[in-house]
Formats: sequence, C-alpha cells, structure tokens
Amino acid sequence: MKATTASAALILGLGLALAGCAGGAPAATGRSASPGSLEGSITVFAAASLKGTFTELADGFEAEHPGTTVELNFAGSSDLVTQITEGAPADVFASADTKNMAKVTEAALADGDPVDFATNTLEIVVSPGNPAGIERFADLARDDAKVVVCALAVPCGAATSTVETATGVDIAPVSEESSVTDVLGKVASGEADAGLVYVTDVIAAGDAVEGIAFDESGEAVNTYPIAALRDSASPEVARAFVAFVASAAGRRVLADAGFGAP
Amino acid sequence: MTLQFDARVGERGFDLSFRVAPGETVAVLGPNGAGKSTLLNLVAGLLRPDAGRATLGGEVLFDTAAGAFAAPHIRGISMLAQDALLFPHLSVLENVAFGPRSAGVRAAAARSAARDWLAEADALELADRRPAELSGGQAQRIAVARALASEPRLLLLDEPMAALDVSVSPAIRRMLRRVLADRAAIVVTHDILDAFTLADRVIVLDGGAIVDGGVTAQVLERPRIRFTAGLAGLNLLTGVRTVGGLVGDDGVELRGAAAEPVAVGARAAASVRPSAVEVSLLEPDGTRNRMRGTVRDLEPRGDLVRVRTEVLSADVTPARAAELDLAAGTPVWLAFPEKALSVYPAG
Amino acid sequence: MRTGLGGIPRWVAAIAAVGALFVLLPLAAMTTRVNWAEFLPLITSESSVAALLLSLRTSLAATALCVLLGVPMALVLARARFRGQRILRALVLLPLVLPPVVGGIALLYTFGRRGLIGQGLEVLGVSIAFSTTAVVLAQTFVALPFLVLSLEGALRTVGTRYEAVGATLGASPTTVLRRVTLPLVLPALLSGAVLSFARALGEFGATLTFAGSLQGTTRSLPLEIYLQRETSPDTAVALSLVLVVVAVVVVGFAHRAGAGVHLSAGLRS
Repeated sequence: MKATTASAALILGLGLALAGCAGGAPAATGRSASPGSLEGSITVFAAASLKGTFTELADGFEAEHPGTTVELNFAGSSDLVTQITEGAPADVFASADTKNMAKVTEAALADGDPVDFATNTLEIVVSPGNPAGIERFADLARDDAKVVVCALAVPCGAATSTVETATGVDIAPVSEESSVTDVLGKVASGEADAGLVYVTDVIAAGDAVEGIAFDESGEAVNTYPIAALRDSASPEVARAFVAFVASAAGRRVLADAGFGAP
Repeated sequence: MTLQFDARVGERGFDLSFRVAPGETVAVLGPNGAGKSTLLNLVAGLLRPDAGRATLGGEVLFDTAAGAFAAPHIRGISMLAQDALLFPHLSVLENVAFGPRSAGVRAAAARSAARDWLAEADALELADRRPAELSGGQAQRIAVARALASEPRLLLLDEPMAALDVSVSPAIRRMLRRVLADRAAIVVTHDILDAFTLADRVIVLDGGAIVDGGVTAQVLERPRIRFTAGLAGLNLLTGVRTVGGLVGDDGVELRGAAAEPVAVGARAAASVRPSAVEVSLLEPDGTRNRMRGTVRDLEPRGDLVRVRTEVLSADVTPARAAELDLAAGTPVWLAFPEKALSVYPAG
Repeated sequence: MRTGLGGIPRWVAAIAAVGALFVLLPLAAMTTRVNWAEFLPLITSESSVAALLLSLRTSLAATALCVLLGVPMALVLARARFRGQRILRALVLLPLVLPPVVGGIALLYTFGRRGLIGQGLEVLGVSIAFSTTAVVLAQTFVALPFLVLSLEGALRTVGTRYEAVGATLGASPTTVLRRVTLPLVLPALLSGAVLSFARALGEFGATLTFAGSLQGTTRSLPLEIYLQRETSPDTAVALSLVLVVVAVVVVGFAHRAGAGVHLSAGLRS
C-alpha cells in the first residue's frame, strides 16, 4: 500500500540521514608532509590538567609550522580513553597517568611507544587565610579539619592513597570528588578546609587558594605520557607535535606551570 | 430560627432585605441573572456582601459594619444544588454520614443516623451504592438526605428539580414537600408548581431587588405586577375599581367579581387566565368582556397555541388559529366571561 | 481490545515510531554492553550496594519532603488569590528548567558553611554540606516542582464545588481538605510523588556540587556510576542498568496503582 511504503521510506531515510551525520566529524585533511614544511590539521586529546600548558604549546607549534592547525580537546583522562576506544577521531593523546595510556596501547591504538613528557606531584591546598591552620600532611588527619580529596578511581586519588600508605597518615575526607576541579572548587569556596590537588592546579588557581607543599609528596609522582595515535590522518604532524611537547622548548612551558621533569 | 437578611453586592446590582420565619419555606422566583443564586450564596457564606447584616436565630452570619463574617461551616446552613454533587469517592451512606461525622459524631452513630435520613428520603436501598451508579433522581434524593443529616437550621435549595427528568420530578417534589413541612427553607425555582407545592411564601426577584412578595397563593393567583403575572402565566389588568368590576387605564370597562374587598374608586388589579380568553376577528356579541388588540406572536404550548397581544394573552386551539389566519400584526378582538375576571387591590 | 491507529495518519505514526526508537535504542545499546558474566558480583559489591541503598533511602526521604511541602504549595497556587501569584508560581517551578549544577551551587550558597542560612547553622553546630541531609535537600530541590505541577493541575480541574458542599455540610476547612479535596486528587498526588521519586533517584548535578561524594554518606547511585566510569566501565554500565530497572519498576507500579485509585473514585467529569 502506498502509505506504508511512504512511511517505511521515511524511517529509512531518517535513519540514513542520522548515520550520515554521525560520520561527518571533521576529518583531518591528510597530506603527506614535504620535507621541511609540515602541513595538516590534528586533534589532540589531552588531560584536563594540561589545559593551560597545551594551549600555549599548540600556539607555539602552529607558529613554528605555519600550515598546521592543532585542535584541542580537554577532559578527564579516562573519558578521553573511552572516546578514543569508541572511535573518536583523535591524532594525539596526552594522559594524566600511565594507567590510562596503557589502555590505549593495549588496544593497539597508539602509533609507536608513548613518551613521558612531564611529572606532577601533590600539594595541599587551603582556602585563603588557611582558617584551619594546616601546616603538615599529618594535619589533614585532624578530626576538626574538613578535607576533600580525589576519589581513588582518578589519578590524583591514586596518588593521594599512595602518599597515605607511605606516610601512615589516614585521612578521613568529607568527600571524594571525581575530578580535581571539584576538589579545588570546594576548597576555594570555603566549604572544605583543605584538599589535595596537583602542584600545577594550585598555580593555575592563583589567589583563590593557598598552597602548602609537603615533603612526602615525592612518594607519589604522577607521570604524564603522550603518544601519537595509529588512525591519525596526519601522522607526520602528529609525531611532530609529540616531539615538540617532549622537546626542551616544550619542557620549559611545562616547567613554568609547575610540572616536574619526566 | 428566624433568618433576618439584608445585603448589597455592588457589582451585581444586588440589594435586598427579607425574613424567613421559623419553620417557613420561602420560594424565590425570578428570571436568570435576577440574583437568586447570589442570594443563596450570601446566606450560605460562599459569597461576601459589600455591605449588610444577616442573623439566623439571633446569631450573626455576617455584619459588614462590625467586620464580622461567619465561615460557611459554622452557620448550620445546608445547601442543595441542581447538581447533586455527591462526593464521588464515598459511598452513598458515607456521603449522607458526612455532615454528622464533620460535627464530631462517632462513625457508627453517624452511619445509623444516615440510614434514618436515607429512609426519610425513600432511598435506603441505595445505601451501599457509589454515586457513579446512581440516576439523576436517585442522586438528588441522596443529596436531600445528606443535607438534612447535618441537621441544618436553614435549608437552601437551588432549583433542585431543574436537572431532573420530568417523569422523576413529581416523586422528588412530594418527598421535598414532606421533608420541608416544618423546616425553615429557601427554595430558588423557575417552576411555579414548586412554589405552590413547597412554599408558604414567595418573593419575586428582578435585577437584584425584590419586586413582589407574599403568601404563595396570593402572589401567584393575584399578581400585582406584570412580571409576576408573567411568571404565573396569568393576564394582568390594572385600573380603578367600579361597582361592577374594573375600568382599565385605557378606559375599557370590564365586569367581574372581586376576589378581595376593594373600595370603589381605589386602584385595583385583575387577573384573567389565558385559557378563558377567546379570540375573534369581528367584535363578539353578547355581554362578555371584550378588548381590542394586535397579535404580537404565537407560541405553541402542547395542544394549544398562546396568542400574545399587547393587552392580553389567549390560549386557542391550532385549528382556531389557522381558521382566523392569525399572524403578527393581525388586529383581533379578545373576549372573556365575567366570571373569568378576578378583581383585587392593586397595592 | 481492538488494536489500530485510531484515526491518526500513518505518517504521524511513523514519526512517533522514530521518536520511540530514539529513546529505546540507547537503552538497548547499553544493555548489549553489559558484562553479564560479571553482572552479579559487580552490582553486589560493597560500593554498589552502599550507593543503591543510599539512593533509595534519600529518594524516599526527598519524596516525603516533596509531598509535605508540595501539597500546601499546590493548594495555595491553585486556590488562593493574591498579588504576584503568577511570578511566585514561575519561580517555584524554576528548578524544573535550571541545570541541576546551578541548583547545587545555589543550595551551597544557602546552606553551605558560608551560606545565607548555613552560617547561622554552623554556629549552632549544625553542618549540612557533605552530609546525607544535603543529598536529600538537593533531591528535594529538583523534584519538588514535579509534585507541585502535577497536583496544582488536578486541583484546578476538580474545582471548588465539592469543597463548597463540604463546608455547607459543616466540615471545617481542615476536614474538607482531609476528606474531600485530597481524596479527589489522590491519583495526581500519587503520580506526582512517583515522578518526584524518579527525579530524585536520578539526581546528579546538584548532589555533586552541594553534597560531595563519599561512600555510604553522600555517594548516591548516579555519583557511583560517574566515578566507576574512570576505572571500571563494566561496573558503570551494570549499575546504570540497575538504575533503569528500578526506575521502570517504580514508575510502572505506581502508574497502575494511580489508575486503580482513579477508577474506584469514579470521578465524573
């Protein structure tokens, strides 16, 4: 019957249109680089804590290689891994820890071996004025202190746990957040007295919080790896960017933000 | 329990005072928009007047000057509307027991009282039904029982038969007559049969004011104003009393007996039933009363046609109307016998 | 029961089918990713059970609070008349359109340590942020409009005539409320409560911002799922399925119960 065929065609058409839309993500224009001049566009998936530094690095890279474009996508490392394994179009992946990078390499999605380009350590963060009078790592275990930390499942939480074990100090937090941003937010607003975040986060937060360094932070050093991805449409550009990040110029930018050497 | 009522509601042009004596049933007649529902709502406490005072049994219902207003639930006044409005989520028995239970009576005692009132309303067999299962007439019986069960000091009925089938109304009317016999009540109605059956007194409302009132038979059989005559379906003639009858304001002499004593020369009114009036094209012979008129319209009523002129209405058979070729504008003679004219004081 | 399109054009039915697919396909897709082998251990782990029980407890408490506060609010909005009523109504329904995170921030600024009311409470030794109470408050904040909206509509539809009758029969306003008004709107009250429960169960943004996340205290099921994404997507999917099933059961059950009440009330329109 006419009407049924029309309806079926309608459903089919809508379905195809939707499928077509899905495939329409911006694809990297693939052009093989001619020696000496790099051209092409890449998308870099980077951990949220790399936001400030990688924006700067991307600008520097584009300045050095006019004809290239670097798109940046910041999110939690595990979210990025999920997207990459589900087929999101990424050319480079910079993770906040080796565990998440391992998931990518194990899925054989990396182009070559990952390169460690920075390290990060923990720092105590308190609201301006340090109302609870925190001075040492052990103070975080005080009954009267409201401490917020990252949950174990996220990289900074794992680092916190490592330090706790190493120092024998058991923190009883009032909340275990899923992201460093949430920890910072709760301390900056005064809801919590103190928290544990990365050194780089404290610097990035500026006057909103105060940082208190502690000796035992060396017990848990987070290593940041970066890798070009296998399915990149501009592999030359991707590899060049990885090299750029790991270069001395790249390391300077990272160091200024508070990252440690790899 | 005397009801004294005096109130004004500006935006409705409502302004009237009246009394209801203990045990008296008063019928309120009038066209739509006359203020009948406003009256009931003011008495029940569902509407606030702009100015006025009312008391029931000496207790104040409202007094705008003193800023007093008794909430509806403490007035002891129950209201029954066209729509039975039985609570849909309660059984018939629980509906009727609602009033007593709200007054604090224990559940068992309330239910027992409810059964008594259902019996009074000839509806005991419906006790366990749900409102959704009832017909219009049945629901109205339950509504009456429910209103009575709360032992009101005054009962208000707002056109109780209006939504019922013609076949069902007579039984309800009889029941109401029995139930209202010794009770103070105000019945708003369009139907003069209700007034005759149920009411001791009648008041007629028009445009928010009382235009006529008195004992039922008096008002409805001997109307003094055109309006009431219209409601009662009677012809009204006004003029001055003569020895033999009445001389109308237009000078026509009419002969008839006095239903009530009226001094000769005093203002008088007289009523004539339309069924007693005959229509002809030529001046009728004989000694009957006669008047000239021009047909305004014809209204079929059952097996008769009511011929309306500017002076009188007459009921004729359809054959007669056809025979005379009556139509709007036809000049006719209207005649009625002496005995059909009732003269009474116009005051 | 005779099946059929009921007179609607076929192309309308076709689009409706697409719409239904749009909602059902993602649920189906999620179900296909469930690790059935590990399903039971994953959802019965300590953290999963703690999150589920916390969610149920707080959602029930939030629903109770919604009913307690929402019924009077609906009554006032539907029956009372006062200046600024329309504006008040719009404001009260605001949590419906506000992003939950914004709601959480607002609650923080009110009940947090340095908040409008929180400050005073701190002095009295009462601390709301980071507590289970905070979770209940966050859930109530977002779920309240559902109940108010559902009930207010029903109150307007039912009208005031039955209440007037009740009054003339001698029932005080409280008695009228108890024996006439509320029974008449019971179906709407039930469905509103169910909607509120479902909304509270799924509440995430406000809880995260205001209450924090700690197992057993404030980490509700949605928060647990959010966290498990980081390390164990299998757990996240398994728990998501649990949440969907619980929601379907609750909504389906209460929908039938509400319909049953409606029938027995025998409401004539």
